[in-house]
Amino acid sequence: MIHDGRFGRFGGFYVAEPLLPALEALEQAWLDAREDSDFQATFRALLSDYAGRPTPLYRSPALSETLGCTVYLKREDLLHGGAHKTNNTLGQGLLARKMGCRRLIAETGAGQHGVATAMVGALLGLEVRVFMGALDVARQAPNVQRMQLFGAEVVPVEAGARSLKDAINEAMRYWTEHIRDTFYVFGTAAGPHPYPSIVRDFQRVIGEEIRREVLARHGRLPTAVLACVGGGSNAIGAFAPFLDDAEVALIGVEPGGEGLDSGKHGATLSRGELGCVHGSLSLLLQDSHGQVQEAHSISAGLDYPGVGPEHAHLRQTGRAIYDSATDDEALRAFAWLCRSEGILPALESSHAVAAALRLTERFDSDDVVVINLSGRGDKDLAHAMSALEARR
Amino acid sequence: MSRFSDLIPTVRAQGRGAFVPFVVLGDPDLATSVALARALCEAGSDALELGFPFSDPPADGPVIQAADVRALQAGTTPPACFEAIESIRGFTQVPISLLVYYNLVLRFGIDAFYARAAEVGVDAVLIADLPPEHAGEILTAAEAHGVDPVFLASELSTPVRLRRIAEVCRGYVYCLARVGVTGTRNDLGAAVGESLARFREAFDLPLLLGFGISSPAHVRAALASGADGVIVGSAIVRQIEAHLQDPDAMRRAVHDTARALREATSLPPTQSEPC
Ligand SMILES: Cc1ncc(COP(=O)(O)O)c(C=O)c1O
Repeated sequence: MIHDGRFGRFGGFYVAEPLLPALEALEQAWLDAREDSDFQATFRALLSDYAGRPTPLYRSPALSETLGCTVYLKREDLLHGGAHKTNNTLGQGLLARKMGCRRLIAETGAGQHGVATAMVGALLGLEVRVFMGALDVARQAPNVQRMQLFGAEVVPVEAGARSLKDAINEAMRYWTEHIRDTFYVFGTAAGPHPYPSIVRDFQRVIGEEIRREVLARHGRLPTAVLACVGGGSNAIGAFAPFLDDAEVALIGVEPGGEGLDSGKHGATLSRGELGCVHGSLSLLLQDSHGQVQEAHSISAGLDYPGVGPEHAHLRQTGRAIYDSATDDEALRAFAWLCRSEGILPALESSHAVAAALRLTERFDSDDVVVINLSGRGDKDLAHAMSALEARR
Repeated sequence: MSRFSDLIPTVRAQGRGAFVPFVVLGDPDLATSVALARALCEAGSDALELGFPFSDPPADGPVIQAADVRALQAGTTPPACFEAIESIRGFTQVPISLLVYYNLVLRFGIDAFYARAAEVGVDAVLIADLPPEHAGEILTAAEAHGVDPVFLASELSTPVRLRRIAEVCRGYVYCLARVGVTGTRNDLGAAVGESLARFREAFDLPLLLGFGISSPAHVRAALASGADGVIVGSAIVRQIEAHLQDPDAMRRAVHDTARALREATSLPPTQSEPC
């Protein structure tokens, strides 16, 4: 490995020996691609012509009025595929092609990363197999159908809590078995080096567009950028271009589930402790003996007991702060945004909106706040409607 | 110098390769694990490889995963595993190696883990998801407490990687018979002989071959391909799984399976000369 993949003390590549040669090859391909103008041009062209970038930065009247300042939604929900995940899968798909791999595998929670991988597989003519917890297969049915339509095979995972962490374990096992011809398209800014850096590189276009657009409209940088955090890819993409701008508050929002003291949540950065799972050293929800605990969230995409190592580092240095929103708050924000703006957000993204709605006293009237609306909520309809019904 | 330094000279003198079975401690509960370890020793095992159950074992196939689940459901914890090893040391002096995942060691405290391992008579520790590049603190603790740090080598490991492994690995090298996760297989990997020849060049340590070795025929093929010994996990654990309702039958099945594998370790006469 050329780099050690550390963010402060976090990160690294904690995997069994058979995976290391593949990770070394991936690191080399990624470093080459960074300098390869053809690769970058192809990536940019696909982002714009295929996926629809740049996505709009939409000034939300309802949120602006509630917070008493200018509030923008970064509309990743309008990206082809319905979430930010497409930025990453286009990049990794091109890397796979460059490396000569014919088969893509992916884990998925909400199904958005699986859909985005299946899409790119269809686009680039690569075979796709997606591992998805059986619980998530049930709660995100429309995305399962979309993956299948794009030609991917969806493999339900029955192990453990039958959710995202178990899907990652199974994908890693399959990858180990088929390492010679298979590219693992990792869906979030976690996992072993080089994935946290690769995913951040491919997602940073979100933050670059926010930066350019806010500068153009206001002649200054935003006061705050908010994003939900599952593994941390949409958040690190939105944060990355602002890391050196101390005046920009970076706020990640984790799933508070039934409350941080209920034991049923996925707030790894708030409540996790140093640990190692899925190939990197980071914070982790675990018991006193180091067994990984099951996360809980109403949103499948945030239902993860680990978190990307760069977020663990940003929290430790204080450069970013991490808040959480409960299932109830996220559902209320989901319904509120639908009613007040005619925008149907993903349940994941609704967590960021919910946390913003709590910050009513915090901002001055000339402040500029950006919320990354990481995805759209069509996939969540059935699940959200029954949850809303149950709470009436 | 741990008990592993005597392992290969001892079995070579008997004209054999080493037979090392693997079970997960706590599968199906710790008292039974101790009894199974005794049965494995009675079957003539040359060393024991013991796993601590972990909630998320990505290097393991379905058989070992299920064993981890059973052990965790029985409430097995690392401190209790160490106590079980103390009991096992009450009846055997064969070398004992642990197979664990890094988070369990980290959580226990790295130095405390190796101190406790040494105290209960563990000779070696292999951390499945710890590459040599990240082994700094582990090597310090292992050395301080006289425990051999063992690493994996795979047929995909590049020459540079093999050198890096050779720098830090002690006791024996855990050589992968195939690229993949643990589990029983129909045949031994095709390239095993070639890989073992490369490992022989790279390492000045016993080469124990594991992952997928599940029958006496595999054992013979592994030793004929140049391994110094074999590690057999899933084939043993399957016997536990098959006899969960009947502890006596479980002990017999584990013993008999181990015995048959152990009997397959005799080397053909030309190879049995001490080297
Ligand atoms: C719309 C949406 N937002 C956010 C996430 C969480 O992932 P990350 O934290 O990597 O952005 C997901 C994951 O599936 C998602 O689908």
